[in-house]
Amino acid sequence: MKILVVDDEKDMETLFQQRFRKEIREHQVEFAFAFSGEDALRYLEQLNHEAVLILSDINMPGMSGLELLRHIKEKYENPPPVVMMITAYGDTENYNQAMKLGADEFLTKPVDFNLLKEKLKLKN
Amino acid sequence: MLAEPFICFFLLRRVRRLLLNTNALDPWDQPIKILFYGIIALFAAEVIFHLDFITKWIWHALLLGIIYIAFIKKEFIVARPLMFAVLPFAILSFAADLFKVISLQQYKIVDNYLQIATIFSIVWMAAMIIVSNRQQKALQREHEKTKQEEEQKKWMEARKEELEKIVGERTAELRSQKEQVESTLAELKATQTQLIQSEKMASLGELTAGIAHEIQNPLNFVNNFSEVNAELIEEMKEEIDKGNFEEAKLIANDIKENQEKINHHGKRADAIVKGMLQHSRSSSGTKEPTDINALVDEYLRLAYHGLRAKDKSFNATMKTDFDNKIGTINIVPQDIGRVILNLFTNAFYAVTEKKKQTSNGYEPTVAVSTKSVKLPSGGLGVLISVKDNGNGISGKVLDKIFQPFFTTKPTGQGTGLGLSLSYDIIKAHNGELKVNTRENDGTEFTIHLPV
Repeated sequence: MKILVVDDEKDMETLFQQRFRKEIREHQVEFAFAFSGEDALRYLEQLNHEAVLILSDINMPGMSGLELLRHIKEKYENPPPVVMMITAYGDTENYNQAMKLGADEFLTKPVDFNLLKEKLKLKN
Repeated sequence: MLAEPFICFFLLRRVRRLLLNTNALDPWDQPIKILFYGIIALFAAEVIFHLDFITKWIWHALLLGIIYIAFIKKEFIVARPLMFAVLPFAILSFAADLFKVISLQQYKIVDNYLQIATIFSIVWMAAMIIVSNRQQKALQREHEKTKQEEEQKKWMEARKEELEKIVGERTAELRSQKEQVESTLAELKATQTQLIQSEKMASLGELTAGIAHEIQNPLNFVNNFSEVNAELIEEMKEEIDKGNFEEAKLIANDIKENQEKINHHGKRADAIVKGMLQHSRSSSGTKEPTDINALVDEYLRLAYHGLRAKDKSFNATMKTDFDNKIGTINIVPQDIGRVILNLFTNAFYAVTEKKKQTSNGYEPTVAVSTKSVKLPSGGLGVLISVKDNGNGISGKVLDKIFQPFFTTKPTGQGTGLGLSLSYDIIKAHNGELKVNTRENDGTEFTIHLPV
């Protein structure tokens, strides 16, 4: 499973690689990282939506996570990739908007990786 | 004597007038009126029934009685000159009649003398009456004048009262207007306080959102890296047990790196909280004589090396121009230091951004200068200028840069409190923080501080 993580916090890359080091080692998952919404779109275009799962932050400079979500859901229809939103703003407005735009999951920071793994069905 | 009834009548009339003028008539009005009727009745009786042999005695008694009363009653004092005028005649007339009764013989002897005396008495009476009349008239004029004056005085007092009333009314009106203005002012002040309060509340709303984001992000790393480290330590133990020391070393390196990240993000959260507290709290720092050039130089280095530590590729030319004539000035060094640091950080950020966008030929430069100047108020002051050749500030955001929580930096790099805090600090020093910018050319911040 290929997962694209979109977040402007650079340390997210290290964190995911360490949190999923077993799964990476066992080739259960493969990660790609983008540090902005624009980066993420470029990546998806180049690799022809190779990623099946996208984890995106909401509050980023430039294109926000919600805009990215809208773009993805509009552009990639068949089948649309699963998009999970991860944000520090856990308020209802953000949640409702994300859901309206077709987000598949809505998680808040600090990220509970056990919960995330459950959602990704990586946990047995 | 035929004259006596007339004299009586005349005398009474005069007395009445005089009493009237001196406001003493009231208790005497009734008796005088009765006397009038009595005189008329007696006179009529005398003429019709030829009773003069009786009535002449009544006339004498009446005349002398009036004179007597005039001399014993205090309120008749005004009539006394008149009485003096009549008295000789009254006495002579009475004496003549008396002589006639007592001895006609003797009367005939004195008759001539009496007649002469009577003539004199009449002349005396006339003269006295004229004099008295004149005096009376003069008195009356005086009296009228006084009365007029009194009336005028009364009128003036009434006017004065009226004017005082008007003035009082005006004063009351003015006072009520003043009170109204004062209450409006108080209301305005209350509204202003309320506005400031709601502004604070609004910024508190932003603050909560800011805290959520700014704290949750570092917290995410602190929590997760520490959990990862716990797991890595377990793995490291396992590797050591297996004898894979090389592997264990690699894991140890990861743990160390993670530990640094935990530390970094912990400090980041700390800085955010401290910055917010600083912003909400008024400075309790005390002013002390400070070498402003040394302070500026110190913070320039701090800012530069701080950035170099974070970003190895960062580089910029620094130009300093310090005015050595300044000496020391009285400031809160930590506060002013924070302002200067903030201005440097912003300047370095601006030139770094421009360098990212421009390829060749751009030399990032930050220039700082201090100068002893004369303030517009006339006193001496110090001017500190921090100038960069970055992209400048666009007109769209220029009026927002001093607002709390406004930032153009990406998440995690700016709290949006720097310039707002700086502005407050400079204001607390009675100084001025100004910005001068040209898009694509650069920005210059200037601080004016009074000495």
